[in-house]
Amino acid sequence: MSATAAAPVKTLPEHHYLNATYGIRSWLLTVDHKRIALLYLVSVTFFFFIGGFFAMLIRLHLLTPSGYLLSADTYNRMFTMHGVAMIFFFLIPSIPAVLGNFFIPLMIGAKDLAFPKINLLSWYVYVVGAAFTLYSMVSGGLDTGWTFYTPLSTIYSNSAVAPAVVGVFITGFSSILTGLNFLVTIHTMRAPGMTWFRLPMFVWAHYATSIVMILGTPVIAITLALAGMERLFGLGFFNPAMGGDPILFQHLFWFYSHPAVYIMILPAMGVISELIPTFARKQLFGYHFVAAASLAIAVIGFLVWTHHMFLTGQSTYAALAFSFLTFLVAIPSAVKTFNWVATLYGGSISFDTPMLYAFGFLGLFLIGGLTGLFLGCLGTDIHIHDTYFVVAHFHYIMVGGAIMGYLGGLHFWWPKMTGRMYPEWLARIAALILFVGFNLTFFPQFLLGYLGMPRRYHVYPPEFQVYNVMSTAGASILAIGYLLPMIYLTWAAFFGKVAGDNPWPATGLEWKTQSPPLTENFEVTPIVTWEPYDFHNRPDLGLDAVASNGVAPAHGDD
Amino acid sequence: MQSPLPFFPEQASNFAGNVDALFSYILVTAIFFTVLVTLLAVFAAFRYRRKNASDIGAEIHGNTALEIGWTLIPLILALGMFAWGAVIYVNYRTAPKDTLDIYVIGKQWMWKLQQPNGRKEINELHIPVNRNIKLILGSEDVIHDFYVPAFRVKMDVVPGRYNTMWFRPTKVGKYHFFCSQYCGTNHALMGGWVTVMDPAEYAAWLSGESGDVSPVSAGEKLFTQLACTTCHVPNGTGRGPSLNGVYGAKVLLADGSTVTADEGYIRESILQPKAKIVAGYQPVMPTFQGLVTEEQILNLTAYIKSLQTQPVPAKGAGVAPATSGKK
Repeated sequence: MSATAAAPVKTLPEHHYLNATYGIRSWLLTVDHKRIALLYLVSVTFFFFIGGFFAMLIRLHLLTPSGYLLSADTYNRMFTMHGVAMIFFFLIPSIPAVLGNFFIPLMIGAKDLAFPKINLLSWYVYVVGAAFTLYSMVSGGLDTGWTFYTPLSTIYSNSAVAPAVVGVFITGFSSILTGLNFLVTIHTMRAPGMTWFRLPMFVWAHYATSIVMILGTPVIAITLALAGMERLFGLGFFNPAMGGDPILFQHLFWFYSHPAVYIMILPAMGVISELIPTFARKQLFGYHFVAAASLAIAVIGFLVWTHHMFLTGQSTYAALAFSFLTFLVAIPSAVKTFNWVATLYGGSISFDTPMLYAFGFLGLFLIGGLTGLFLGCLGTDIHIHDTYFVVAHFHYIMVGGAIMGYLGGLHFWWPKMTGRMYPEWLARIAALILFVGFNLTFFPQFLLGYLGMPRRYHVYPPEFQVYNVMSTAGASILAIGYLLPMIYLTWAAFFGKVAGDNPWPATGLEWKTQSPPLTENFEVTPIVTWEPYDFHNRPDLGLDAVASNGVAPAHGDD
Repeated sequence: MQSPLPFFPEQASNFAGNVDALFSYILVTAIFFTVLVTLLAVFAAFRYRRKNASDIGAEIHGNTALEIGWTLIPLILALGMFAWGAVIYVNYRTAPKDTLDIYVIGKQWMWKLQQPNGRKEINELHIPVNRNIKLILGSEDVIHDFYVPAFRVKMDVVPGRYNTMWFRPTKVGKYHFFCSQYCGTNHALMGGWVTVMDPAEYAAWLSGESGDVSPVSAGEKLFTQLACTTCHVPNGTGRGPSLNGVYGAKVLLADGSTVTADEGYIRESILQPKAKIVAGYQPVMPTFQGLVTEEQILNLTAYIKSLQTQPVPAKGAGVAPATSGKK
């Protein structure tokens, strides 16, 4: 079944999910969760590069105060389409639909997701939604901001709003289907011995994410349907001239779109909770608290949406309540961060690329999370709301957090997905370039924001130029940092060194099968007899059974 | 005025110092935790780096006392931030009584501002230093936002309703204002300058050439033209309630609830008269939706606000008595 670790030259297993069948039909009609994950990988990467291209144009344009590259209308289309592509078509599906799809069944010892055909359907739904949105982009573009605020989007915009709204509406259903599939799978398809508290934290994170996907996404669907009807048929849900209320749109929009932030960050937190124990070779500190924190974020995250609206003129009492709840939702993230750091204590830490991404995530998520305090705080939000401070904050969370987690996960699991290793040193350098480029791009934007530069400006007063130049310089470095992994991971999938079943080694069930796995995942359904991330009672990993770093064991109260 | 790499913008209002102090408090807390976590992670990364390829870490599961500690301490610090922020916000959302009221209308892509005496400006605002200023904000089209970084204040300008914001400029000078809610093509061009002047200079500026009619007298004219006077008779005997002294008073409604008659209420009563019916009156007023422009609504509102004589209790309880509403 598995090539032994001592074998001098490793070879790929004879049969695996990639060579089980051939031909375009075998991919487009596959119900194998691993192949569907690769379909998603290709599609979300496509949107990442579309969104990244727009971002690059935005940064180049802002190099000078008068903006030398794009017209006002073109600039507005660029940042709108950057947001729509990145949020709805890259960030939201990225980790769940690629890594979650591939690894949840493997991690719980199942042959597939509970509904393999619905899983394939979710990808087709995504593609249809994506097609509508791409059509909007090429047939006039979209200039409403990714937030589609009314009445700008429904009455005043001259761009192709309707197809974009329809596209995002449709894509939402792919999210709902994925969430449903994950929940049922995690409830019903765990292997014998895989109890709830033996689940890897990645699975817990996806459980929490799925709840948000199922409960939140229908609301954005309804909201966009109403906005679409207002745009196309002149109904006045949000139009004050017809008795509607534009602020109602914002309530409905953020009821989904704030929890959507947790759809992006919770799975990334799940990845980090895998990486840190694996590369510190130590159990996750406070397993139960980290799992509970995921659920707390998912639940409280539904109760904070109007913190995007403190200055719309909403009731002062509502603002007080929502600011309070916003500070509460910060706590579980802090708890997770402390547990990750505590996991390092007494570990045996290596600096393989996935761990570098985990360290990078820690630093960037820390800054992203802590800067959220300034925005959740009513007094300071009056000043920095809708400035570049907000832009910097959410890029630290979504790009610094979610994408670092995604890339960390891709490197970690690439040998399992493809059977081959990526080039380690090149990958480490790329991770470093990303970290430096990211900070240079987005840190100056905090300063711009506090100085008062509003978001979504195609020209700006000259006193803001210094920080804009820094940001553009950073973005150029960042672009290299993203291109490198795309190139060498693709190369490695075909020509990399054969990895073996468990190169790190890691403790999860996904590493107990061959790389790449069989279509059925496991030859025999595994029986789980060990606790998660336990390196001490796992002779099969080929490691020492006793810690050699002189830190005394501490049992009991996790 | 500024270093090559500035950090704080100029402080020029009553809110600026407090907002910056709160910002600094959160900043110090944030830096403390960033440094703490970074140092711990870097320390662990060196101290516990892997020495042999087959080493593993110590067997440690967790520690409940630590978990409680690092839940509670951040929670307490966070609640401190919440409370301080809440105090500033409540103060900001509650304008004092003695304000100089300026009417502001946002439209794609310009600002129209009007002084109490009628003097109009486009993308310019002149105000006296050390005076409480209230902006009454309306929009003719999409949502805009009036933002003065040096004052640390902003407020959305929403079509179909009035929002208000207030501040007290504390320093003579010229400051940027911006539109900070994305509003379409020339969003970035929709800004201008706030000029804060000495009171004497301001008075001179105000009395300078203008020829503009004040919002109150324009409103008074409209009030007659639109035949509002037919029903809203000052002594309260008309088919509609008297509007004398209604602004700022608590109005008793037909459904038994009360509402404070602010700019938003007056505006709503003009455009959607049936939304809130005053106790003792019939819902007979027609809507003026579509018949009056944003500017005219502002003028009518300004006029109704100016009717500050003693309330005349009439036909039941149009205006609730100040002392007691009980029979």
